[in-house]
Amino acid sequence: MKILVAVKQVPARDAPLRIDASGRWIQEDGLSFEINEPDAYALEAALQLKEKHGGEVVVVSAGPARAAQAIREALAKGADRAIHVDQERLENWDTLGVAGLLARAMESEKADLILTGLQSDDLGYGQMGCVLAELLGLPHATIIMQVEKLDGAVKVKRELEDGWFQNLELPLPALLAVQSGIGKLRYATLMGIKRAKTKEIRRVTAAEMGVEPAPAIEIARVYLPPKSKQTELLEGSPKEAAQKLVERLRFVARVI
Amino acid sequence: MSILAILEQRNGVWNRMSWETLAAARQMGRELGQPVEAAVLGRGVASLAAEAGGRIWAVEHTLLEPYTADAYTEALEALLRYANPSLVLFPHTYQVRDYAAKLAARFGRVLASDIIGHRVEGGELFLVRQLFQGRLNADVRFTLGPPSFASIQAGAYRAEALESGAAEVRTFTPPLEPDAIRARPLPPFRESQRGVDLSAASIIVSVGRGIKDRENLPVVERLAQALGAELAASRPICDNGWLPMERQVGSSGQTVAPKLYIAVGISGAIQHLVGMKGSKTIVAINKDASAPIFEVADYGIVGDLFEVVPALAEEIEKAKRS
Repeated sequence: MKILVAVKQVPARDAPLRIDASGRWIQEDGLSFEINEPDAYALEAALQLKEKHGGEVVVVSAGPARAAQAIREALAKGADRAIHVDQERLENWDTLGVAGLLARAMESEKADLILTGLQSDDLGYGQMGCVLAELLGLPHATIIMQVEKLDGAVKVKRELEDGWFQNLELPLPALLAVQSGIGKLRYATLMGIKRAKTKEIRRVTAAEMGVEPAPAIEIARVYLPPKSKQTELLEGSPKEAAQKLVERLRFVARVI
Repeated sequence: MSILAILEQRNGVWNRMSWETLAAARQMGRELGQPVEAAVLGRGVASLAAEAGGRIWAVEHTLLEPYTADAYTEALEALLRYANPSLVLFPHTYQVRDYAAKLAARFGRVLASDIIGHRVEGGELFLVRQLFQGRLNADVRFTLGPPSFASIQAGAYRAEALESGAAEVRTFTPPLEPDAIRARPLPPFRESQRGVDLSAASIIVSVGRGIKDRENLPVVERLAQALGAELAASRPICDNGWLPMERQVGSSGQTVAPKLYIAVGISGAIQHLVGMKGSKTIVAINKDASAPIFEVADYGIVGDLFEVVPALAEEIEKAKRS
């Protein structure tokens, strides 16, 4: 089974965010980046399927030069090779534009299955899988908790709201947007990191593929969220802060 | 030009987020000077549609039950090409997340997903979205002409009273073919009965990523014990298998509203906040002062949970003894 996994590199979760001079994005210099965690789960699902059924796992990532780091990490975890859509300033492309880049890079691969994470931790549109499936003409399902390979099809378990689930069958080739928690994330081993150095990373650019950005949506302004609630911050040493909190919980909020 | 609100039903039961979406549509309609219509999809939904009031499309076809992304996309594509709305609004439900962006892509558009508000400036609509898991907000605008697409986050708009007077229900039968539906959905099911009912707890101590390792859980367990509280967690903790899924609070777990909710090392992604923001008193302990959890907290301590939580447990034990 040939599986493609779309992986995005995003600012690390605890990276301090500063708004840039344009007021429309963040300052990226000095930030550390990591694999978007939902995509790490998509990769995990792909690696587990490969371990069970054999085949190949190919990572596809669109991003500037720095994204190579995320790609190498995915290769170190066990992906066989990668395609890097090497593109600076992807913030000027919207979801549909980036999906167009990924779709163009993916279509010649003739994969059986394409996996994406459910959403990115930076923009959080949560729609790359859906849009890619539309552009590639593939059936898709989202919020997937389990994947079972059948003959020429997959049976997947989809999460619904309020603790409900649903199984569905999709003919292959198909695209699945994977829910976080589908498996336990693996770490790259030393051997894996060593092997990754010899694995193929094919680089393509938007210009080479003849794709130009034509955004349908754009960010006009980025800002800190206004506070909706008056939060009393309790200061001092841990002990002092704890004492202040207990006092308020007992005598102001009266909840303990 | 009109604004079209897509309402959601399952087995003849409305999803309540439909009314919030309709309220958002009406607010935007008033500010943009555009009429509002609604639509509901399914099999035999005309009488249900009448309950919504106002002008509403009953998009009916046997192939719309059960839900599939293919059938919903085809059906709504046909309706939109017929009705030509300027803006299509959806409730940001799991179902909408499965097909609305595909529909938008079919029109060469991007769904402005999960919006929490809007403003109209010089006749132009700006929609507010959260970025970076709620750490920043962004105003987004559509750069192409109609149709535009957006989905509304749960709780972002307050449902308005339904329009009085008879509904104007129009039936629309989309041209659907069985071959166009590629997925074969099986009936929904629930996993084994939940062992823990967090919604009954009066105090909850909830733990997030900040705990770093499963071996550190005793730190929060001691606090929970001191308070006589249930232990709960944000999604990543349960994804890692450190606590069972049944202790997860948030959009994919349980929704709770205890009298006291103590969030330890939880940054407060929206998926978590929707599950607990109705709690009476909220305490947040986090090392990152800009974590969104502080937006909903009554009391906050910015600091290292490994120092703060043991100190807090000790003070509570002391207070209980006195």
